[in-house]
Amino acid sequence: MGKHRVIAETGAGQHGVATATVCALFGFECVVYMGTEDMRRQELNVFRMRLLGAEVRGVESGSRTLKDAINEAMRDWVTNVRTTHYMLGSVLGAHPYPIMVRDFHRVIGREARAQVLKAEGKLPSAIIACVGGGSNAIGIFHEFLKDRKVQLIGVEAGGRSGKLGDHAARFHGGSPGVLQGTFSYVLQDKNGQIATTHSVSAGLDYPSIGPEHAWLKDQGRAEYVSAGDVEALEATTMLARTEGIIPALESAHAVAEVIKRAPRMKKSDIVVVNVSGRGDKDIGIMRENLRVE
Amino acid sequence: MLSFANKPSLIAYITCGDPDLATSRDVATACIDAGACVIELGVPFSDPVADGPVIQRATDRALRQGTSLKHVFELARDLRKQSDVGLIIFSYLNPVLRFGYQKFADACHENGLDGALITDLPVEEAQGYLQQMQKRRLSTIFLAAPTSTDQRLKRIAQASTGFVYAVARTGVTGARQQMSEEAKTLVSRIRRIAKLPVAVGFGISTGEQVAAVSSYADAAVVGSAIVQTIEQNPGKEASSVAKFIEQLSAVSRQYSAI
Repeated sequence: MGKHRVIAETGAGQHGVATATVCALFGFECVVYMGTEDMRRQELNVFRMRLLGAEVRGVESGSRTLKDAINEAMRDWVTNVRTTHYMLGSVLGAHPYPIMVRDFHRVIGREARAQVLKAEGKLPSAIIACVGGGSNAIGIFHEFLKDRKVQLIGVEAGGRSGKLGDHAARFHGGSPGVLQGTFSYVLQDKNGQIATTHSVSAGLDYPSIGPEHAWLKDQGRAEYVSAGDVEALEATTMLARTEGIIPALESAHAVAEVIKRAPRMKKSDIVVVNVSGRGDKDIGIMRENLRVE
Repeated sequence: MLSFANKPSLIAYITCGDPDLATSRDVATACIDAGACVIELGVPFSDPVADGPVIQRATDRALRQGTSLKHVFELARDLRKQSDVGLIIFSYLNPVLRFGYQKFADACHENGLDGALITDLPVEEAQGYLQQMQKRRLSTIFLAAPTSTDQRLKRIAQASTGFVYAVARTGVTGARQQMSEEAKTLVSRIRRIAKLPVAVGFGISTGEQVAAVSSYADAAVVGSAIVQTIEQNPGKEASSVAKFIEQLSAVSRQYSAI
């Protein structure tokens, strides 16, 4: 493409760190946009990006989270499009981004399918993944779409309540709309203004959802539920103490759904949960919110 | 009515409801009296990705007032009573989508608007919108960018009526020191493809720039510079904007005469 500059947006910071890593390796100039609220709560990843040589630009507009970071990245992109590639971090934005990002994430599903067949000799009953923009979820779902018996379950952020502004559950309160070049379910008011969102996890804190998820929902192929802040935090503790894995708060939403569902399942059922991120970056928030004795 | 007979032909953009609707009405009237040929009535939207900091701030102020599409239609109706100037809506897609294309076209028609420009509606996705707008004989204006290919310019020209809006340079709205050569090149590329008038916008804030643009395009759009004048002159927004536009026109005429 002949471009020497890469920009990205990041919510939880994972995509920002990945982008900064690649840019360091290939010697590209790297600018990452991040809402200042997210910079505060994902401080560790901000440091990691800077350590890798990226410039992290704080975004002060709106709710100072992922949506606002994407706005700012898009403004940069349209200005510098001749020299700059925009590495969008989720299955969002204008075509062909949702398809491109999905295809890059399909490796998760391919790997999961091969591993479960090898270890168990059969397909799982259900696959559960958290859904912000929805890249980790679409990545693991896609390889199983044709296996109609495999239930696909996406978990949105239920936040602190069901009131508009208190959560990021687009399928439970959102309606069709266009945001940042994508036609999908959007949390919005009656005049089409995009609503603010809340989640304890920066990576799920976004008012729209990848368009392929909207399609899977309307087709009935995937099911979408939500887990609140408290449930995600509780699931974090349980996974840490039973499996020795501290999940990212985003992934903890998926774990919370497993905890809810498992008692109703048969012993022979297999559930695959996508622990899409590790919890190191969230230790500060966990310390503030969890009483660990 | 969309007409670019007066020279220089100025298109004035305002964000409706900034700082309130009554002031927007006065400012629009002042623009008309100062000789603007088209008023772009900006609909505030929570996520104005095509706008720079000046219009972003105006949008915040307008949204705090609760300004919605309905108010913009009321404003258009008031302006139409006093003038036959060109009136178009300038909006992001989601408020229009939420309102409904048919209802939107009907309301444009009923309130005396000449057409609309939807910033983030690509021509490839515009079928339903175009159908409703055409039914009401409303102009549909689309943006053309310096990076648009000839093939894309053709599609833009096909879908556009009234005029084509040429974006002067890659980037968001807001004043720039210099006008790039990109704008001139883009206008000549559009002229090869379309017979429609071509307006140039994004970054125009001085009489000199208006004169330069007027030498090759049919009209110049001034947006952020007007919005900034509103922001910097609380209590005397309309008279300040009037003075600014008169000065812009005077300087432009002077340059054109040279």
